[in-house]
Amino acid sequence: MSNIPSELKYATSHEWVRNEGDGIVTVGITEHAQDLLGDMVFVELPDVDDEVSVGDDICVAESVKAASDIYAPVTGKVIEVNEDLEDSPELVNSDAFGDGWLFKVKMEDAGELENLLDAEGYKNSIDED
Amino acid sequence: MTNKTVLHAKHLASGAKMVDFYGWEMPINYGSQIEEHNAVRQNAGMFDVSHMTIVDIQGTDAKVFLRRLVINDVAKLTVAGKALYTGMLNEDGGVIDDLIIYFFSDTNYRLVVNSATREKDLAWMNKQATGFDLTITERPEFGMIAVQGPQAKAKVANLLTPAQIVAVEGMKPFFGVQVGDLFIATTGYTGEDGYEIIVPDSAAEDFWQKLIDAGVAPCGLGARDTLRLEAGMNLYGLDMDETVSPLAANMAWTISWEPSDRNFIGRDVLTAQKAAGDQPKLVGLVLEEKGVLRSHQVVITEFGNGEITSGTFSPTLGHSVALARVPRSVKVGDTLEVEMRKKLVKVQVTKPSFVRNGKKVF
Repeated sequence: MSNIPSELKYATSHEWVRNEGDGIVTVGITEHAQDLLGDMVFVELPDVDDEVSVGDDICVAESVKAASDIYAPVTGKVIEVNEDLEDSPELVNSDAFGDGWLFKVKMEDAGELENLLDAEGYKNSIDED
Repeated sequence: MTNKTVLHAKHLASGAKMVDFYGWEMPINYGSQIEEHNAVRQNAGMFDVSHMTIVDIQGTDAKVFLRRLVINDVAKLTVAGKALYTGMLNEDGGVIDDLIIYFFSDTNYRLVVNSATREKDLAWMNKQATGFDLTITERPEFGMIAVQGPQAKAKVANLLTPAQIVAVEGMKPFFGVQVGDLFIATTGYTGEDGYEIIVPDSAAEDFWQKLIDAGVAPCGLGARDTLRLEAGMNLYGLDMDETVSPLAANMAWTISWEPSDRNFIGRDVLTAQKAAGDQPKLVGLVLEEKGVLRSHQVVITEFGNGEITSGTFSPTLGHSVALARVPRSVKVGDTLEVEMRKKLVKVQVTKPSFVRNGKKVF
């Protein structure tokens, strides 16, 4: 069973969300998701200053095996993207919850975090897959 | 019902991620398929191909039967051990399977066919064999290990008996020889040097372990696919099937038209197709920008649409490559467009071969 850190929030579409405070969150894909996709070869990130809404497909993770849309787990403005992924997309595989992060969003409404799953909820959602 | 190869436990012991492959539980990777791919291009890797079907055809009529069954001509095989690659067609000229035929004598041949097509292949061969004096014998009691890469032969040599070393010394590509327990062939599906080795089930696990100990990296079906695609080798079911002519699948080179009186199955249809010149063709496509070409994406050309039959990211080249079936008027060097995830990307047309012996070849 893959690692599911308890301090993070999750979307059923396999994004994780870390609350950095001040309404800012970091977003990535889970270890389970990267394992399903296999070796990552390109990550197409959103642009800084993009306005995103919950559920928008704003990013594409492309592995040798498949291309997968990544959805905005919260509404707000993209304030930073992980430029290291440009040259090292494999960071998503090797450190999904750390150096493999994708982008940061300044949330419009920090209350949206309550709509996301906790670690146990996410674990249950992937057990049902 | 899931089949397991004789090496199944070894895969689990190496941490393989297992997937279903046409009824066989096979390793897709042992961690990173890109690392496995690179091991084959730069050093040595090995694949469990025990799921593939070995069929021996023996008897007085073996030669005349095979001259009818397949599009290449086994009469070209005169040196014991020599192999050829070819296709087996239905009456409509569609490819039932692609296969390798090893020649031992005019009354003794060995065929290696795909596992996914095993049942229909055997049914077709048995049906066509009516009236011929021969036996068709499947050989499930063997495992098969493909050891591939620039260092593959040197590493295998450590495991061979003196007699086996002498037998494979200087063996040319596309030959096979049985010495002692092992049938050792200079064939493969990666575009690298190496062997495909048929080993009795009872000896397979030990042989596999000794290869690991010699520094040969276990590689899964994921790497096998990126390697064969870089080498421009077809995968049955994607690049051709029973609805596709060999002329439309880069298999024309496997057809022997001479002698003209050899009446192989599908000949009439192929002759008419060739005269009409209207079959599409299989070409290579190269995408240098970001993104990965995938099977079934539409290829737009001024002569009409084509389709990607298989596409992937090429770890050796660092960008995507694909095989695509396009109208015959498309030429190498043309720029085409592919519909990829709601947008159009530009691709270059190449010959259907991208990497050989670790080097870019287009």
